[in-house]
Amino acid sequence: MVTGTYCKCLPDNSPCSLGLSKCEYAVNSQRPVNLDLRTIKLPLTAYSSILHRISGVILFFGIAVLLYGLDKSLASEQGFAEVKECLASPLAKLVVWGLLSGLMYHLTAGIRHLIMDLGIGETLEGGKLGAQIVFIVSAILIVLTGVWIW
Amino acid sequence: MVTNVTNFSRSGLYDWMAQRVSAVVLAAYALFLLGYVLANPGMGYTEWQGLFANSWMRIFSLMSLVALSAHAWVGLWTITTDYLTPMTLGSWATGIRFLAQALCGMIMFVLFVWGVQILWGI
Repeated sequence: MVTGTYCKCLPDNSPCSLGLSKCEYAVNSQRPVNLDLRTIKLPLTAYSSILHRISGVILFFGIAVLLYGLDKSLASEQGFAEVKECLASPLAKLVVWGLLSGLMYHLTAGIRHLIMDLGIGETLEGGKLGAQIVFIVSAILIVLTGVWIW
Repeated sequence: MVTNVTNFSRSGLYDWMAQRVSAVVLAAYALFLLGYVLANPGMGYTEWQGLFANSWMRIFSLMSLVALSAHAWVGLWTITTDYLTPMTLGSWATGIRFLAQALCGMIMFVLFVWGVQILWGI
């Protein structure tokens, strides 16, 4: 089994130890790799990433609900009144709050992604801090959204 | 270079870019709509219908619908390829993942056509 320093797959394909290129070394390395998330203790950054995915899936299905409301509200004056009346019910408020919460989290985490693409907060410490900021900012936005709806 | 027949563009870099560009469009649209509703409390049908009757609003909405389709596909493709694997599903994984991705694509297509109908049905 090959052990030793980790070689990153670099574009210059420069030679690594054992006479292999860096790419070959990384790909052919026999080091044990565990990608089974169910057996790993996840750090805070992992939770922020998984929540980004979960909120994305929720929004994907939520689009159907939003399109239904848009369709009805634009179709006629009566439809608009019906949607407005429906939105006054506690269940509808809860659904809308849930969807907007998903949007707030997804948006906040997405903006963080774009900031990280600019090279800001890419270190381990920066990543942890970024995840913390995302949790705090989105929590505030979610509470504010709840206040607005009720 | 990794090539995969089910991803959006057969290039991870292009998918990555599409995800970011569509994200900016979607963020702008979501913030605009939320801002509009917040700025106009007690809005009536005439105002609401008038907003979506504007050409620029239809263009903005259609652009967001296109962005949503690309964004949702890249996102769902990433999630399905990460979790619907032989490790979690066993030997049937490839078939199940393909069907799940086909279902996602179909749902997204239906939502897209429905959205276009709503925008141009006014």
